[in-house]
Amino acid sequence: MNQNTIIEAKNLSKVYGKNEVAFKALDNINLDIKKGESIAIVGKSGSGKSTLMHLLALLDKPSKGTVIINSKDSLLMSPSEIEKLRNKIFGFVFQQFFLNSTDTALNNVLLPLKIGKVSPKERKKRAQDAINDVELSDKINVKTMNLSGGQKQRVCIARAIVNQPDIIFADEPTGNLDSQTGKNVEDLLFKLNKDQGITLIIVTHDEDIASRCDRQVFIKDGKLINESRK
Amino acid sequence: MKYTDLIKTASSSMLRSKLRTILTIIAIFIGAMTITLTNGIGTGIKSYINKQIGNLGATNILMVQVQQKSSRLNTNNSGPALYNPNQKVSITSFGGPGERQVLMTQSDINTIKAIPNVTSVSPRRNISPDYIAGTGKKYQVTVDQQFGTTTAQMQTGSGVNINSSSNQISLPNNYASSLGYNNNSIVGKTVSLGITNAYGQQSTVNATVTGIQEKNLVGSTVAYINAALANQLFSVQSQGLPPATVNSFATVEVEFPASLTDAQIQTLKNQLNNKGYTGQTVKDTENTIFSAINAIILVFDMFGIIALLAASFGIINTLLMSVQERTKDIGLMKALGMSPRKIFLLFSFEAVLIGFWGSIIGVFVATLIGKLINAVAKNGFLKDFPGLTLLTFPLKTILIVVIGIMVIAFLAGTLPAIKASRKDPIEALRYE
Repeated sequence: MNQNTIIEAKNLSKVYGKNEVAFKALDNINLDIKKGESIAIVGKSGSGKSTLMHLLALLDKPSKGTVIINSKDSLLMSPSEIEKLRNKIFGFVFQQFFLNSTDTALNNVLLPLKIGKVSPKERKKRAQDAINDVELSDKINVKTMNLSGGQKQRVCIARAIVNQPDIIFADEPTGNLDSQTGKNVEDLLFKLNKDQGITLIIVTHDEDIASRCDRQVFIKDGKLINESRK
Repeated sequence: MKYTDLIKTASSSMLRSKLRTILTIIAIFIGAMTITLTNGIGTGIKSYINKQIGNLGATNILMVQVQQKSSRLNTNNSGPALYNPNQKVSITSFGGPGERQVLMTQSDINTIKAIPNVTSVSPRRNISPDYIAGTGKKYQVTVDQQFGTTTAQMQTGSGVNINSSSNQISLPNNYASSLGYNNNSIVGKTVSLGITNAYGQQSTVNATVTGIQEKNLVGSTVAYINAALANQLFSVQSQGLPPATVNSFATVEVEFPASLTDAQIQTLKNQLNNKGYTGQTVKDTENTIFSAINAIILVFDMFGIIALLAASFGIINTLLMSVQERTKDIGLMKALGMSPRKIFLLFSFEAVLIGFWGSIIGVFVATLIGKLINAVAKNGFLKDFPGLTLLTFPLKTILIVVIGIMVIAFLAGTLPAIKASRKDPIEALRYE
């Protein structure tokens, strides 16, 4: 294993159901992601790409194999260690945003810090900084239901970076946006990748956004079929 | 998440569906208010009775009878009871027609006098004067000989002196004007009591009024007389009766030092029991009254408890809906590193908060209603009962109600909270 590896998938398999109805969502995946790298996991819907992301982000447990994060085997971690890991070094951007629509942008952004027991004063400051980074300072106290799709996704990105994570997992981050807004969001994600060295893992079926990543891995029927580099 | 943040988050999510939350809180509120009010009445009346215990009689007196065996409730089939030539029996209607009551004689009095800590033993005699008269008309009166030292509350004057050799009487507070005086002027005046002997001849006995009793709810219509007056009235009343009848009693009053502790009184009672008697103090009588009051309060409390039971299903329902609606929130919080335990606490706190607000509002409104009723009652139907506060709300009761309801709410919240804590973040985030 390379010194620069931040996440490594080892013989990763995921099976849903049992016996006759068993369905192999992932089949023996091996993947090595380097620190600061941007990587696209590309595949059609149902290919297993989302399952792979869930396993890499420790939201789900593999049926076989393991995920190694910062040289530590996730199978050996306690639930609270995994929770801490997700809270401190992961950031999540979802296609459906998952914002609390009746709450302000600021309150949505500081949720991970609240969960991570950061003091109210400190978390407000850090949330403001994150919102500045995504250029939404004028909307900081606006309820997110009054924001446009692009603005919502930028709030999500601010929430993903507020805890200064090492890795951002983005699941179809531009799936719900028109192409121009989508491009702005893409620019923002790659800027964070370049400027702050945050590892970017994007799950997508969109070849355009995939082509902007350092590396693309293609998944079909739960198997890695191809890998290409920029 | 810190506990303060958990409570704040629970508060704000509680307010997300205001109407639903308010309706659930109203259900809790009704239960809390009912329980607080019924207990308020119970506490008020009990503390009043406690204050008025002196009106029931002296606290250093045991009313002693022979232990009675019911002749009607015969549960063993071993045949009729053996005749005991030393027992005197009268037939009473007390336990039902034809019930035998074993009476006491001088030998019983001697036996009881021999028990340690017994200061004196006096037979309790039924004295029935025909009338009482002052300056004008004659009125009916019920008298009771006073034993021991009482703390009966007097409106004017003082209670009778049990050791005085002159005839003394203290009157209930509605007698003064009928007898031709007012509450102040009657003190020290002489009244006459008419009494009839066994031959049907009526004669009068004079007595001095020592005071007027304060009006109260217990024992208010009895005139208390001292031993001297009682002896004289009884000797007139029993003229013509055979000595065996005159010298047998259903009840004797056993005086003991007022300094005895509860344990010592219990020992005394046990000794009486061993010798075939049974004794009751005023405290025991009070406890009988209290247990009757408690039973009534309990019935009312049941209404409150049923309301709370219904309300706790309201909490379960409200929170289950909340968990369903917030599936995505829960999934997100879990994905962002919140532990299942904290998710459980988040929803539990929401339940406890609903219970808290419902009970606080309920207790508050009950206290207001209580104040209102007390104010109305004081100038209305309870005008003549100084010292009676119908509803009292000790802090302890209020705290028990609030904390108890919060516990009920917590228990009601566990089912939805467990459901929330077990949500799988992936399923939750996939949920549309």
